[in-house]
Amino acid sequence: MVTATTQRSMATSTLFAIKVPPSQDLGTNRTLIEIENLDFSYGPKQALYDINLKLEEKRVTAFIGPSGCGKTTLLRCLNRMNDLIDGTVIGRGSIRINGVDIHGRGVDSIELRKRVGMVFQKSNPFPKSIYENVIYGLRIQGENDKTRLDAIVEKSLRGAALWDEVKDRLHESGLGLSGGQQQRLCIARAIAVEPEVILMDEPCSALDPVATAKIEELIQELRSHFTIVIVTHNMQQAARCSDRTAFFYLGKLIEYADTRTIFMKPANSQTEAYVSGRFG
Amino acid sequence: MSATAHPFATRSARGRQLERMTFTVFRVATYFVLLCGLLVFGDIFVKGAHTVFQSEFPYVNVPFLTEAPESLYVFEHNGKKMELGDRAFRAFQSSEAARARAENRPVPRFKAESYVYSAGGIWPCIVGTVLLVVGSMTIALTLGVSSAIYLNEYAKDGPGVRFIRLAVLNLAGVPSIVFGLFGFGLFVIFLDWNVSLLAGWFTLAFMVLPVIITASEEALKAVPKGFREGSLALGATKWQTIRTNVLPYALPGVLTSSILGIARVAGETAPIMFTAAYVVRDKLPWEVDRLGDFFFQGVMALPYHIYVVSSKIPQNEYTARVQYGTAFVFLFIVALIALASIVFRNRMRRIYKW
Repeated sequence: MVTATTQRSMATSTLFAIKVPPSQDLGTNRTLIEIENLDFSYGPKQALYDINLKLEEKRVTAFIGPSGCGKTTLLRCLNRMNDLIDGTVIGRGSIRINGVDIHGRGVDSIELRKRVGMVFQKSNPFPKSIYENVIYGLRIQGENDKTRLDAIVEKSLRGAALWDEVKDRLHESGLGLSGGQQQRLCIARAIAVEPEVILMDEPCSALDPVATAKIEELIQELRSHFTIVIVTHNMQQAARCSDRTAFFYLGKLIEYADTRTIFMKPANSQTEAYVSGRFG
Repeated sequence: MSATAHPFATRSARGRQLERMTFTVFRVATYFVLLCGLLVFGDIFVKGAHTVFQSEFPYVNVPFLTEAPESLYVFEHNGKKMELGDRAFRAFQSSEAARARAENRPVPRFKAESYVYSAGGIWPCIVGTVLLVVGSMTIALTLGVSSAIYLNEYAKDGPGVRFIRLAVLNLAGVPSIVFGLFGFGLFVIFLDWNVSLLAGWFTLAFMVLPVIITASEEALKAVPKGFREGSLALGATKWQTIRTNVLPYALPGVLTSSILGIARVAGETAPIMFTAAYVVRDKLPWEVDRLGDFFFQGVMALPYHIYVVSSKIPQNEYTARVQYGTAFVFLFIVALIALASIVFRNRMRRIYKW
């Protein structure tokens, strides 16, 4: 029995191996986000334990791990969305973006979120027109120049690979789009404010395989302009579209390495068990 | 019967009978409620229609809707029974006197019986009620929506907020006469506003605040979390988020609840009887010398007028006409205001669809 299980998991592993992009020396980019000794809790319940992680500029980093392992919590720490939940505490440690401690004095979470955009698990286009959705972030910054807005709408929608599908109905409701289009609209909305970092919280979990493939393709294109952090439950997705992968388990960072390494020869036995489908 | 031992055997006849009887009781209760409602509305409608409508052109009793209440004078003249309002009676008297003097007859004296408030119309009451509703709903919505936003979006949930919520809910159970006394004590006496529109507005607003706050909170809660997070993640401030991405989508819900508030504000007599309502007033609210006086004048109001003509004056065949006519117009106006808000609400819903 034991042998059979091992063989099957080996087979899965090989399956993953096929889908991991061909080996390439990524080199090391400048570190953009530096997480140091981070402890985080929701009231009395600690969610993250001593996280140390350096995320590189213009790379796609995937956070993987079973539900409740803290990957989404960490993601939401990066743009301080957790501030909105009552009773959250950064127990210890710091997160620095471009060397600035984002929880430090004199850091405005509003300004931070303009630099660190976010795409949510459930696509959440506003019940406004496609056009108004894309420029929402600029409108609230007081931008009203029509020609500039028009240009940004086109640029952002092209950037999100949505322009050709919606260019004739920019003033119709964003809610009339399909699920995948809605998610790409949310990505367009996020890139319209030209952030440095885009956080994606399981952006494809509610989408069908075709729409998922489009988003993954889009992520490949976006990586040249943005630093992307993506949380995903789908390990094949992490394998397909990320450069680095961090594996979390029970609020701890277990392993962080090149995606190829994580899926081919993980150093930690828990990581191996997870990526080969033995648990989680 | 024991032969039908399979699991799908019909239930016992007694059980089914019991169920049928239970539902019959429910059905009768429902029909009874319906009957009561129909009786009330039917009575007001049929009797009120006699006052408000008439058989010849213009089919509507225009003086009843456009004039102020007057005393009715009933007298015999040349063997004919005459019913005239105050002004018409005096005009009739002087013209008869003039004619008598011209013909060298003794000036006739009419032995008329007078019935207070039974002639003329209810125009000042209509105006007063509309003013009271518009003003108090404006105040109630402003205060109510603001505090709902604070409670739901800003305040941290804790004992303090829970206490406020409890207090607001309890406020809903306070009898309206107590609100009247409160308004009398605070606005009329302490703030020295006298019996005035302003005092009535605030008293009525306080009365419907619990409904508005509770409903506004529910409406705000119903707006999906994604609208807020999506906006905040784009670098919007909390207030920008609420203003552009939460409040517009909560507004139809807020309006739905305020429609109930309108009916209540328009209908309550107790809160305004100490604070805003006059039994009778000749001037209309806009006949003021200075704009500031507008807020510090008492008005007539439909529910209070019904109360006065039904219980504060001697009853006779003539007062019944006024009572039913006023009730009819009152229901009609409440329905009209409610309808207007429903139309407005539906338009908002179309614009802010989600």
